[in-house]
Amino acid sequence: MIQLDFTLQRGEFALQLSLRSEARALALFGDSGCGKTSTLHAIAGLLKPARGRIVLDDRVLFDVHAEVDLPVAQRRLGVVFQDVRLFPHLSVRENLRYGAARADAAHFDAAVQLLGLSALLKRKPDRLSGGQARRVAIGRALLCEPTALLLDEPLSNLHREARAEVLEHLRGLKRELALTTILVSHQADEVRALADAVALLDDGRLRAVLPIAEFARGQGASNARASVGSR
Amino acid sequence: MPLLNHDEIVALLLSLKVAAVAVACALPAAMLCAWLLARRRFPGKPVFEAALLLPLILPPVVTGYVLLEWFGHQGAIGRVLDALHLSIAFRWTGAALAAGVMAFPLLVVALRSAFESVDRRLEQAAATLGAGGWRIFFGITLPLSLRGLVAGLALAFARAFGEFGATITFVSSIPGQTRTLPIALYELLETPGGESGALRLTWVAVGVALIATLGAALLLRSGPRAELDA
Repeated sequence: MIQLDFTLQRGEFALQLSLRSEARALALFGDSGCGKTSTLHAIAGLLKPARGRIVLDDRVLFDVHAEVDLPVAQRRLGVVFQDVRLFPHLSVRENLRYGAARADAAHFDAAVQLLGLSALLKRKPDRLSGGQARRVAIGRALLCEPTALLLDEPLSNLHREARAEVLEHLRGLKRELALTTILVSHQADEVRALADAVALLDDGRLRAVLPIAEFARGQGASNARASVGSR
Repeated sequence: MPLLNHDEIVALLLSLKVAAVAVACALPAAMLCAWLLARRRFPGKPVFEAALLLPLILPPVVTGYVLLEWFGHQGAIGRVLDALHLSIAFRWTGAALAAGVMAFPLLVVALRSAFESVDRRLEQAAATLGAGGWRIFFGITLPLSLRGLVAGLALAFARAFGEFGATITFVSSIPGQTRTLPIALYELLETPGGESGALRLTWVAVGVALIATLGAALLLRSGPRAELDA
């Protein structure tokens, strides 16, 4: 269960959310600047809301009234940032191990296998392609044994082949791991492939929460309208 | 004929020891202060920063006099140290304290700049992976600050090695105890016929400074970068 009910002020921009979803994978969908990444950062504890409550799978991460504000390190969320943020001085193996000090070898090997990282373990991040770096970031987030996964535009800035490669791995993760996932995206196809429900955001406000089938139908209709309009 | 006579070798070795101990002892405190300046906001921060930089701005003799007032046999701290048989006045440890105080601001400035150059997004990423403050500092921030750390250490070592004014004011010139290379050089200049010895020590000082600078430059070549590509 995902419960996001908070207000966050960032300069002139005000983000005001109130949503509750039972979806295993929820996408935050909207144009650039609508507050998707700020929402994700608030869930991760990197931004502090002025008021409200954030609950993931019955774990209260933030609650102003109950004076709960779990430190970032204690939230146990696997965050995959849009800008990847691999540690440049560490090898891929060391990056993967950073959050997985207690992970046993079998768990480590399974994650490496799942994401196809075996051949990359000795490389430094500056020797990775965009798709490879993104897969390492996903692996690193998974290995810290998170209670939920936060993905910020996981397919952005990737060329077509890398995009397909990372998407395939994310689909595999969704099938094999029953992890609550919150995905930030402004790409409808990405959302359709990875989410069970979609929260539509616009200028810091929640417009609707749709099951994925309804979102896909709506996208299909708007694509058709756009296609007719452009003729 | 040996390059340096016995007294000059003693002064050189003493200076190396004093500078090494001064920088090693100043480093942890300088790291803490630099990190506070780079990463924390707190009331009175400009005053704190100005106080840290004072030894860089004050005449060294003033710093030496303040040290003498505090750590001398009659000073508040000096009396406590005397009672504990840990007196540092007129001893090489006092020379190391004076050199450490004079080198401290250079370390703080270099380290602060190095910490500020580390992308905070990397520290945030480390926190999301469950790392606490110490682990982030020693695993991410410090390794990525290596260039600034090495540059700061080289500068501080050179400053401590060449320290004169505060040292002679605080611990005077005692052969084998506090007569460091710059003090020995000064005394040779004051002694008739001491010019050739002064020249030798000058060359030694230049050599040590060059080795420190070149060594730092070599280490810097292989240091990691602190920024993200994105």
